Amino acid sequence: MAHKTKEFKWEKKHLLGLRELSPDEISYILDTAAGFEQISARAVKKTPPLRGKLVVNLFFEDSTRTRNSFALAASRLSADVVEFTKNDSSVSKGETLLDTARNLEAMGIDIVVIRHGAGGAPKLLSKYINACVVNAGDGYCEHPTQGLLDVYTIRKLRGSLKGLKIAIVGDITHSRVARSDMWAMTKLGAKVTFVGPPTLLPPNVEQLPVKVSYSLDDVIEKVDVINMLRIQFERIGGNPFPSVREYSHYFGLTGERMKKAKPDILVMHPGPINRGLEIESEVADGRNSVILQQVSNGIAVRMAVLFLVNQAAAQQVKQIKET
Amino acid sequence: MKVLLNSRQIEQILKKLSSRIVAGTPEDVEIAVIGIRSRGEILAQRLAAILAKKIKGDVPCGTLDITLYRDDINSPKNGVQPKVRPTEIGFSIDDKIIILVDDVLHTGRSARAAMDALIDLGRPNAIRLAVLVDRSGREFPIQADYAGYKTNTKPGKIVQVLLKESDGKEQVVVD
Repeated sequence: MAHKTKEFKWEKKHLLGLRELSPDEISYILDTAAGFEQISARAVKKTPPLRGKLVVNLFFEDSTRTRNSFALAASRLSADVVEFTKNDSSVSKGETLLDTARNLEAMGIDIVVIRHGAGGAPKLLSKYINACVVNAGDGYCEHPTQGLLDVYTIRKLRGSLKGLKIAIVGDITHSRVARSDMWAMTKLGAKVTFVGPPTLLPPNVEQLPVKVSYSLDDVIEKVDVINMLRIQFERIGGNPFPSVREYSHYFGLTGERMKKAKPDILVMHPGPINRGLEIESEVADGRNSVILQQVSNGIAVRMAVLFLVNQAAAQQVKQIKET
Repeated sequence: MKVLLNSRQIEQILKKLSSRIVAGTPEDVEIAVIGIRSRGEILAQRLAAILAKKIKGDVPCGTLDITLYRDDINSPKNGVQPKVRPTEIGFSIDDKIIILVDDVLHTGRSARAAMDALIDLGRPNAIRLAVLVDRSGREFPIQADYAGYKTNTKPGKIVQVLLKESDGKEQVVVD
């Protein structure tokens, strides 16, 4: 069938980060995810495109939500899933990342979903194995599927990100979510402000395509979307703020503070929530909260990502066979 | 390029198909029309409107995206990457007679994929296939219940259905 315009084609067999994606590529993933969304609402929550494919969840850091979301996404595409986590594998016996990956590859895997404490680990892996690599969080660098599900959620509710003002609040330094969000949101035309105490903002922040504010009160009334990051006690060393109560007082999203916000502001959180710290329960469960929609949309977005990287890999195999 | 059907002939075929569908459907079973994206979607909407007038009742209409069920999903022809789009069926297909609509029936592979996709959505009373053009060259044991125009177009040629909603003009051509 002839097409009037040249169709966009997805050609990446790895999803390593959003920084390297074009706005068209990001939009294409979101459009594809829209096609997957209703599958999770059906009686039969399964479709066949990854039948016979093997997906490995290779998690060197703790995760429940992301790992389960990827596992569900893979199984809803009919792939088989092998879980490989740090505690119950040879990873804890000192095997290197590449040895682990090569062993997995010898089992015939098609896609590796990797989370690793070291930034760049997924990219390293992608250079040494033939399988597709999907980054599920690397160090403080990126968490691309979280960024994608966040922009998917906003786009679905607001139609477009163009011109929207978005605040990302909290521990920016240790947040790969903030970075992936920043790339996805700015590439789609939103204006992003990082908000937090100076001690939790990265040293190179002025080189990033964002504004910076040290006061949530200055920002709250202007933004269309607010994303409250979790305070990651496990990553923060030293004393970035005097006390949890003080942090909460200045940077927590309270019911009181919400009174100053636009009535239709979208309240987001990547989870898990520290209730009463970065966000009060009445706000997290309130009518502006889209936190649970983010979780559901995450499955559709991850289905789209697994589907697309597999398509790109299949295309490459076909091209090699033909030449 | 040869024109097989013009807009008047397309309209007549749809009317004829709808008469045969009504005649072939028991009155006590609910009927619904589901089109295969993208030309089948448009034809299904037109067919549903004609059917609704004929039976003086509602005829639910939906759109099926078969991309995920295609058998060439991992080796698409001519490097064209199929885009996944939503299936939009806002009603239960259980116990209904589903009139599955496509523009051209050729190899039968799309119809196979569509049936698998439908069965994942429920258990219809029956699935009947209605097509505007029935072209020879079947690769699967699938036939249309309601076929409009029949043609023996040679392999390698392309039968293209152009509709005003998607293409700005209304005709069926062979290229």
